[in-house]
Amino acid sequence: MAMNMPATKLDVETAKPVGAAAPVVAMTPKRPPRSEAYARMARETAVRVIPPLVVIALLTLVWELVCRRAGSALPPPSKVFKDTKELIFDPFFDHGGIDKGLFWHLSASLQRVALGYSISAIAGIALGVLVGQSVWAMRGLDPLFQVLRTIPPLAWLPLSLAAFRDGQPSAIFVIFITSIWPIIINTAVGIRNIPQDYRNVAAVVQLNPLEFFAKIMIPAAAPYIFTGLRIGIGLSWLAIIAAEMLIGGVGIGFFIWDAWNSSHISEIILALFYVGIVGFVLDRVIAGLGKIVTRGTAQN
Amino acid sequence: MTAYLKLDHIDKIFTRGAATTEVLKDINLTIEKGEYVSIIGHSGCGKSTLLNIIAGLTNASTGGVLLEEREVNSPGPDRAVVFQNHSLLPWLTVYENVRLGVDKVFARTKTRAERDAWVMHNLNLVQMAHARDKRPSEISGGMKQRVGIARALAMEPKVLLLDEPFGALDALTRAHLQDSVMALHQKLGNTILMITHDVDEAVLLSDRIVMMTNGPSARIGEVLEVPLARPRKRLELATNATYLKCRQRVLEFLYERHRFVEAA
Repeated sequence: MAMNMPATKLDVETAKPVGAAAPVVAMTPKRPPRSEAYARMARETAVRVIPPLVVIALLTLVWELVCRRAGSALPPPSKVFKDTKELIFDPFFDHGGIDKGLFWHLSASLQRVALGYSISAIAGIALGVLVGQSVWAMRGLDPLFQVLRTIPPLAWLPLSLAAFRDGQPSAIFVIFITSIWPIIINTAVGIRNIPQDYRNVAAVVQLNPLEFFAKIMIPAAAPYIFTGLRIGIGLSWLAIIAAEMLIGGVGIGFFIWDAWNSSHISEIILALFYVGIVGFVLDRVIAGLGKIVTRGTAQN
Repeated sequence: MTAYLKLDHIDKIFTRGAATTEVLKDINLTIEKGEYVSIIGHSGCGKSTLLNIIAGLTNASTGGVLLEEREVNSPGPDRAVVFQNHSLLPWLTVYENVRLGVDKVFARTKTRAERDAWVMHNLNLVQMAHARDKRPSEISGGMKQRVGIARALAMEPKVLLLDEPFGALDALTRAHLQDSVMALHQKLGNTILMITHDVDEAVLLSDRIVMMTNGPSARIGEVLEVPLARPRKRLELATNATYLKCRQRVLEFLYERHRFVEAA
């Protein structure tokens, strides 16, 4: 009798919680009201937007105070706005020659970048794949790349002017030669880092080289490739401004140089502002594109 | 007794600079069609190298692998591998991962619709049809391994090679998946070669257990038949005398006669 006791007691103990647990599971969790969700969203947005706005306001104020004195070399923000009102509110005018609205200058620069950068993206990825895939190509080309990539963009300009005898292709070449190195190097690293597992899978499935390239290599290396592309677009934008200052014609780079020659300091400041915004947008565009393309690849 | 898969005097020597290491020495093994064979041994004994040689991912230094009397020395879908860490391509969905192999193997013999149906059939076999549009990062480790098995099965391999397929899983998931593999083997009659370091797993699943000695120069130390009737039930076997005896034999081999010295 005494020996049976623990057994029956155990039965009772285990049976009870099962019965008690069932209704708890069936209950639906309480949802927070919708207004609360909106309030939280507004709070989160405010936390991110307010600090930069405050900093910008403060910096503008300091600038205004420093430059407002008579005889100061640089104009205060209020004067910049007054001087460039026409340029800000009418970016689309075209009076022939290089007397055009800022939209046209920016679009000319962007077209050069688009062309030069596209060529460097294609050539860079192709060369990167070659260097990443073949040990001999790496041994032969890598030292060359390491030296060439340290040459400043503008140092290429006289040589390319000599070769092309025209400003337009020279500027495009400078963009190309500036932005190709990070693309090559990052692509090569990405290709070299493709896990052996993926190569084994491709071998078992018997993918041919072309299928291997399209279905394994490019997606597996995509995060690295996009790192290179992102550095490349930044460098392109750096190079085009400098190159345009020297080759002249329509373009935001020459607009700045022209403004300096005519002592329109306010216009320079406005142009710098636009250059910064466009560079930022270009970087975001490539980053966003990378995020879409490498969805799922980065995390495993 | 027909040799379906034959390992014929396989030696494997790795050379790095002037140093050479003999990993495998004189491996001879004959596997019949429909058989489930496990290879067990301590880590570093070269069992994964052996599986890679059979898969064609590495070449033997001497000797060779014969599948249906034909020598094989390059990888192919007739020896599909289920990799230890699933090796699903993270940028493809579950469906696309399986489809990749199916598209290659049945490019000429099946229409698009048939290939689609075949992929879904194999996902159904491993109970993963519900996750067809998920990416590998969105499913659990056990589910990934199921998809890995479906990918291998969908290639209709002559031999299915499992490289420690349950090694990275927790104990409960592992048991569940072992039962699934047993059921699939029962249903489809595949020839399966599995690498493992888990004694219970080897005894539960295999018809024969190949025990490897420690490397370098690992050999086949002993081959044990497991005379248990199928289908096998995990719970019933726990007290089965034959099961316990087989288990004992493997344990004795691994821990008494060929103790892993470096681990001690």
